Amino acid sequence: MHVHFLDSYNPRASLIHSLDPRIKLVMTLAFIISTALVPPGTWPAYILFYAMILSVEILSELGVGFVHKRSMLALPFVLAALPIIFTAPGPELVSFTLGSWTISLSLTGLERFISIALKSWISVQAAIVLAASTPFPEILLAMRAIRLPRLIVAIFGLMWRYLFVLADEVLRMNRARAARSGHPDIPRGRVGGSIVWRARVTGRMAGSLFLRAFERSDRIFMAMVSRGYDGEVRTLPLPGLSLADWLVLTVGLGILAVVLLLGYLL
Amino acid sequence: MLYSPVPLHIPDGFLSILLSLVLWIVSIAVVAYAIKHVNLELDERKVPMMGVLAAAIFAGQMLNFTVIGGTSGHLMGAAIATILLGPWAAVLVMTSVVSIQALIFQDGGLLVLGANIFNMAVVGVAVSYFVYTTVRKLAGNRSVGIFVGGFLAAWFSVEVAALAAALELAISGTSPANIAVPAMGGIHALIGIGEGLITLGALGLVYTTRPDLLQAGEKRSAGGTILWIGGLLIVLALAIASPFASANPDGLERVAEQSGFLHLAKKPMYELIPDYLLPGVSSEALATILAGIVGALLVLGVVLLVTLSRRKSTQQSMRDSGTSRKKQ
Repeated sequence: MHVHFLDSYNPRASLIHSLDPRIKLVMTLAFIISTALVPPGTWPAYILFYAMILSVEILSELGVGFVHKRSMLALPFVLAALPIIFTAPGPELVSFTLGSWTISLSLTGLERFISIALKSWISVQAAIVLAASTPFPEILLAMRAIRLPRLIVAIFGLMWRYLFVLADEVLRMNRARAARSGHPDIPRGRVGGSIVWRARVTGRMAGSLFLRAFERSDRIFMAMVSRGYDGEVRTLPLPGLSLADWLVLTVGLGILAVVLLLGYLL
Repeated sequence: MLYSPVPLHIPDGFLSILLSLVLWIVSIAVVAYAIKHVNLELDERKVPMMGVLAAAIFAGQMLNFTVIGGTSGHLMGAAIATILLGPWAAVLVMTSVVSIQALIFQDGGLLVLGANIFNMAVVGVAVSYFVYTTVRKLAGNRSVGIFVGGFLAAWFSVEVAALAAALELAISGTSPANIAVPAMGGIHALIGIGEGLITLGALGLVYTTRPDLLQAGEKRSAGGTILWIGGLLIVLALAIASPFASANPDGLERVAEQSGFLHLAKKPMYELIPDYLLPGVSSEALATILAGIVGALLVLGVVLLVTLSRRKSTQQSMRDSGTSRKKQ
């Protein structure tokens, strides 16, 4: 079994997929920064941002449902912002007493909470579209194009390449553990050993994974050297940006700027 | 998803822009120094090693063990990376892990990636290094220092990274400090025990099979004085700031107001626009309705465009297959 399904790239023949990766990376970052810059409670701007990302999702043919399902991933973190509803200063919305405590919902707090949740939800959708519509090697090229350090990008690339190999390794280890020490997923089945024992078994598995990775990295290095590696990871350069690419970039950034301005004017 | 990572990855939208930018700058500076220190430029062997070990840390986060019922403990990895690779290499490895998690798996946001790198790759590693080397020194040459140091380094790295994240949320005005700090600190004090136990098991295995790696890690940490001091300062700062912040959330509230100054710019602009355009309808409500209409039209237009082009392309392909059949 292979864990290629871990890769979030989802090949389609859409306009968004065929867009230059540099434009996509820059637009995604610009979109997320714009959403972050809009003041809390400017609902018109949020609606427009959402309509924009929804349009891109439809254009990308990834399936609106697919993106929305994945975007729920960040949902649990919303809990961290929940207390703000009760503690933010501002006009009281409702207040009720619970025993000796008085709990009051503040309007400012509620507005801020919904804003945070919406911003985070819209931003994560943009990131999902980027990752699902662009093969990772192209994202790496785009990172080089926006002047990220060469060596960091090289490490990212090698990490991504071996991620799936090592994830396979982990799956095999987990299967071996399940085969040897009683499967913990049986309903109401007793899990073997104490928590500390289980944790240490997992720890030894992690240790063994690291040792295997160490040894593998040596072999990889030798294989790379034997193929002519001299410290530079060479890739085919991306073609120059076409007029259409520049047009997409300018129009996209222009729309973002207009919505942002709107957010401040309202 | 296959794995459920330590809930430390802050998504976009939760931190103020100013704080995100400041933490980006700090992280970039530390990573730039790490690249220089690890000698990546000169030793080409290091690039594949860092890449593969980052992949191992990432994959290692998929290893978990049942705690009670549905909950499970698993690894962040900053401590084990610091102990085996030396602190500066660990900074690079953890930076890669956190970045790939954000880029490919949307685990943590992109704008706040600088903050997440700061929490896990800078704070996590600096604290691990500080705790581990200190315990090793105290234990003298005895091997017990490796294990006690490893466990404590792992626990502190998770706990301090969590406190840093809680303070960042509080400074951004996202979460009140008197709730965020005890909640994040409390949960991660437990998660840290799991991290410590896994780290302990991993170190035990490495100690029995490849003790040379532990010594090599020690050698690599030469020149880590800056990081040791950094770790000490971070632990001290958070040890002081956390209880203070949770006792006086108002102080942080003020910082939050100031750091969120970009949002305050809204007010004066607002007064330039007349409040009412139509009697009884505020401009804001009207704008919301207008935005809804514009947004709906945009989405509708795109849907029409896509269906039309799809229909055309299927007709095209049907016609194509027809002609090809004729040719045969």
